[in-house]
Amino acid sequence: MLETVLGLYNYWIVIILMMAGFYTVIARGNLAKKVIGLNIFQTSMFLMYITMGAVESGTAPIVAEGATLYTNPLPSVLILTAIVVGVATTALGLALAVRIREAYGTLEEDDLRVLEDRQDTLRDTAATQDGEQPVSP
Amino acid sequence: MNHHSVLRTMTKLLMPPIMLFALYVQFHGDYGPGGGFQAGVIFAVAFILFALIFGPVRARRVAPAWVTTPLTAIGVLLYAGVGVVSLLLGGEFLNYDVLAHDPHHGQHLGILLVELGVGITVWAVMVSIFMAFVERGAAAHADGILDGTPDGTPDDREDGHA
Amino acid sequence: MEQIIDIVLLAFMVVTAIAMIRLRNLFAVVMLSGIFSLLSAAMFVVLDAVDVAFTEAAVGAGISTVLMLGTLALTFRDERPATRADWPAMLVVTVTGAALIYGTLDMPRFGDPDAPIHQHVAPRYIVDSPREVGPPNMVTSVLASYRGYDTLGETTVIFTAGIGVMVLLGSVTRRRRRARPTTPATPAAPAPPEGRP
Repeated sequence: MLETVLGLYNYWIVIILMMAGFYTVIARGNLAKKVIGLNIFQTSMFLMYITMGAVESGTAPIVAEGATLYTNPLPSVLILTAIVVGVATTALGLALAVRIREAYGTLEEDDLRVLEDRQDTLRDTAATQDGEQPVSP
Repeated sequence: MNHHSVLRTMTKLLMPPIMLFALYVQFHGDYGPGGGFQAGVIFAVAFILFALIFGPVRARRVAPAWVTTPLTAIGVLLYAGVGVVSLLLGGEFLNYDVLAHDPHHGQHLGILLVELGVGITVWAVMVSIFMAFVERGAAAHADGILDGTPDGTPDDREDGHA
Repeated sequence: MEQIIDIVLLAFMVVTAIAMIRLRNLFAVVMLSGIFSLLSAAMFVVLDAVDVAFTEAAVGAGISTVLMLGTLALTFRDERPATRADWPAMLVVTVTGAALIYGTLDMPRFGDPDAPIHQHVAPRYIVDSPREVGPPNMVTSVLASYRGYDTLGETTVIFTAGIGVMVLLGSVTRRRRRARPTTPATPAAPAPPEGRP
């Protein structure tokens, strides 16, 4: 029992972190906070890969005298590139948030929805007015 | 930020070791932890530190847009170019064995060039992204877009004076 | 000993993540996310992935914190308190989490050298890479040589993301917009609530 708990502890923490990120993305209305939630989710995924690659009493995958058991280098490679790609995509998300704030003056999802609805109705009424204008003269 | 002489002096002191360490990480990646990704980021950190302390105008004098923007593409092109060269020399795409007489030397050369390409792209992209955010902030302050915000974050960062 | 460090670090990470969710002050959240990254970097060292730890420490704790602070400088520092009920989200998260935890029961135990992941290509990389490729650091050999295609793709993604940010925030767009007279494109478009340039 204890062995199972210790053997799976890392995965369970990974899932808790993943769900924490997931919760932030779906329950929080602030776009910046959502990006941070995605970051938590992402980090949990990194941890999961690295956990899978670890070997009991293994050493870092750099050839050394006297070392025979190495951890798996493949997850390291995948995650190493994923971290840098992750920050680049996070920057893209944050840039979108900045542009949204400049255009709408808010980052809250609820406000954005209200503003979008209002713009849509205004545009619709404007479009109908435009359609009538050529008729009147 | 004229009065923060401790920060300014420390930045000047720290920048050379950071850049030197980045180069070490770049070219020692075959033997220890490191490589193009880390080196590019660390090299970018030196410039970001400079931009934080001395403002975007002076930072752009050190790393102008006409340098950083093309370099984002040049790194990728260097990487792909190594692949094309190995293709022309009779190997497969990105098979470094054919780059030199000895496969080991070829691999070494190929990895060095490829990591250099990665490092250049990562450095240029990180600096460009950061500068894009900072310059946006400076422009927004100049336009008064952000006047409505309840609080300014460290404003002197965007002032751009030295 | 390693196991204890592992347990403690992961517990810290969970506490930090929960604090990040609960706090409304985004400035504090960003600072905590820096701590979160640093903790995960320490975790990677414990798990013998030194290259990853290095990258996470430089990128996660360094650059992304600075970028998020830059975003806060351009947006708001505080998040509005929630207006809607969050129990549906909580329910979804709990159910998903429970299903995933049920799924882990079949996973190989942590550190098991006989796990399937260590059987497929990893022995080839570990045994043959010093002979076939050369560098003592296997991560570098796999990254740049065995999986060179992957890395080329990743570099292209970084390049594309960088170009995207420059297009979204760059000075080119701004100059064009400022040069144009202030008349809105469509006369019927409503004025934004505050401050479009």
